[in-house]
Amino acid sequence: MSVLELQGISKSFGAIRALSEVSLTVRPGEVIGLMGDNGAGKSTLVKIIGGNFAPSAGSIRIADRTVQFARPVEAREAGIEVVYQDLALCDNLTAAANVFLGREPTRGVGPFRVLDYGAMYRRAAELFAELKSETRPRDLVRSMSGGQRQAVAIARARLSDSRLVLMDEPTAAISVRQVAEVLDLIRRLRDRGVAVILVSHRMPDVFGVADRVVVLRRGRLVADRPAGDSSPEEVTGLITGAIEAV
Amino acid sequence: MAANTANASLDDAINRTGDGFLGRLLGRHVFWVTVAAILACLIMSVATDTFATERNLFNVTRNFAFVGIVALGMTAVIITGGIDLSVGSVMGVCGILIGVVMSAGYSFTVGAAAALAGAGAVGLINGWLIAYAGMPPFVVTLGMLSIARSLAMVFSNNKMIYDFGPDTDLLLALGGGTTFGVANPVVVLVVLALAFGFVLRWTRWGTWIYAIGGNEQAANLTGVPVRALKLSVYVLCSLTAGIAAILMVGWLGAVTTGLGQTDELRVIAASVIGGANLMGGAGTALGAVVGAALIEVIRNSLLLLGVDAFWQGTFVGGFIILAVAFERFRRR
Repeated sequence: MSVLELQGISKSFGAIRALSEVSLTVRPGEVIGLMGDNGAGKSTLVKIIGGNFAPSAGSIRIADRTVQFARPVEAREAGIEVVYQDLALCDNLTAAANVFLGREPTRGVGPFRVLDYGAMYRRAAELFAELKSETRPRDLVRSMSGGQRQAVAIARARLSDSRLVLMDEPTAAISVRQVAEVLDLIRRLRDRGVAVILVSHRMPDVFGVADRVVVLRRGRLVADRPAGDSSPEEVTGLITGAIEAV
Repeated sequence: MAANTANASLDDAINRTGDGFLGRLLGRHVFWVTVAAILACLIMSVATDTFATERNLFNVTRNFAFVGIVALGMTAVIITGGIDLSVGSVMGVCGILIGVVMSAGYSFTVGAAAALAGAGAVGLINGWLIAYAGMPPFVVTLGMLSIARSLAMVFSNNKMIYDFGPDTDLLLALGGGTTFGVANPVVVLVVLALAFGFVLRWTRWGTWIYAIGGNEQAANLTGVPVRALKLSVYVLCSLTAGIAAILMVGWLGAVTTGLGQTDELRVIAASVIGGANLMGGAGTALGAVVGAALIEVIRNSLLLLGVDAFWQGTFVGGFIILAVAFERFRRR
């Protein structure tokens, strides 16, 4: 059974065709490296899967049912979480508050409900422990390193039992040591049966964790193959167009 | 055994923060402002025999209560990264509304309801234009500052109102009276401050308005109803201005269209001194109250020390800049 099945997804913005006829199947616990040059359509594809906007044509199927998302929250309810490039964190809140943002547990009677800080700290600590991150639930995000911030964003994606996590350029703006941390986080997600789509420019990161490599070029899917059967050289060629679609 | 260790380390992670209780306390802007306010009071108690008298403390607390009440609402707006410049004019129009309605022979309840309905309507218009039409808060509320003041003149024909009909005594007692020796506006301030403090810390609404101020886009992506929340803070802020206006009319015993003029600046100053950040994401209920208190203590001290009243603006203004500068240097 597939986690996600895209069939003939196209997206046009006015006269500009950002995606044409992209089909892709994601299986549980699979890490897919999504690559392509700037403007190849990676972000558009991520935003369609994440429910930021609807495709102009084509269908999205989750667990063999066709779905349509009007808002990101609906994609989340269907088990798809997005870790945005800027992480979408609030610097002025604690790690736990960020993990639970929009989904805070409350306790109380009827309409008189207060935040259940105890439950939030406990669950956030469990998630950080699961990710083997040293992030502390009560610390403000403002004072955190790039790797810790990634852990907060990924813990948020793990809060509900998501089946697919989309990560948009998670390693673009952090130090080498922190990149290793993030790649470890991705492996932990995979070990728990969560599928990951990793959007990245960085060849070593993709070949470090991905099971499959998918290449977009000018809105078209030009390659979809096991990472072991490909090479950075081939992918570079596919991205630039030096190698035609295979 | 292994499970025990795992639990212990998890508890450790839950309870540990970057710094201890003292560190967190010292890291709070509101702590330092409170220290400054207490210090100022102590110095004045020693330096003069007139400051720490019952009469003077009664006056000081009552004087800052009005600004403090509105500063609570303003702080909520500022936490979301907005601003409401119209509160002074809202006070004006609400004071006139209750005056006009009561002098026409209606009860206090009807008059107060009219004033609060007016405040709520202004808040709804502000909030809708800002949250749903996407207009900048500064511009919308600047326009409303002018509109509300002008409507106050229209409603009253720009006449002073000092006859409040059958319920005059009730109105005067509410604004000018005391409860257990404390001026009624101060009682209202304390109750509202406790309510705001509780809601900001313990409800989703509170967390969400901090989230909007911290990163509006993130709040939106995680499903926080950003627009409805923004609308709610402007309504709430206007309502606090309405409540302050009702109390103020009762205290003054008369109302003119000038009620609350330029008070928006004192209210914003109180919020900012109390730690509200105009960039959004920071501010507390306690800070709003202490900020309002500090301004009044400075004003009162200068008066008691015999400093020419012309200097008041310089000292208060200087303190606003000092408080924000202090915050900046501390963050370094």
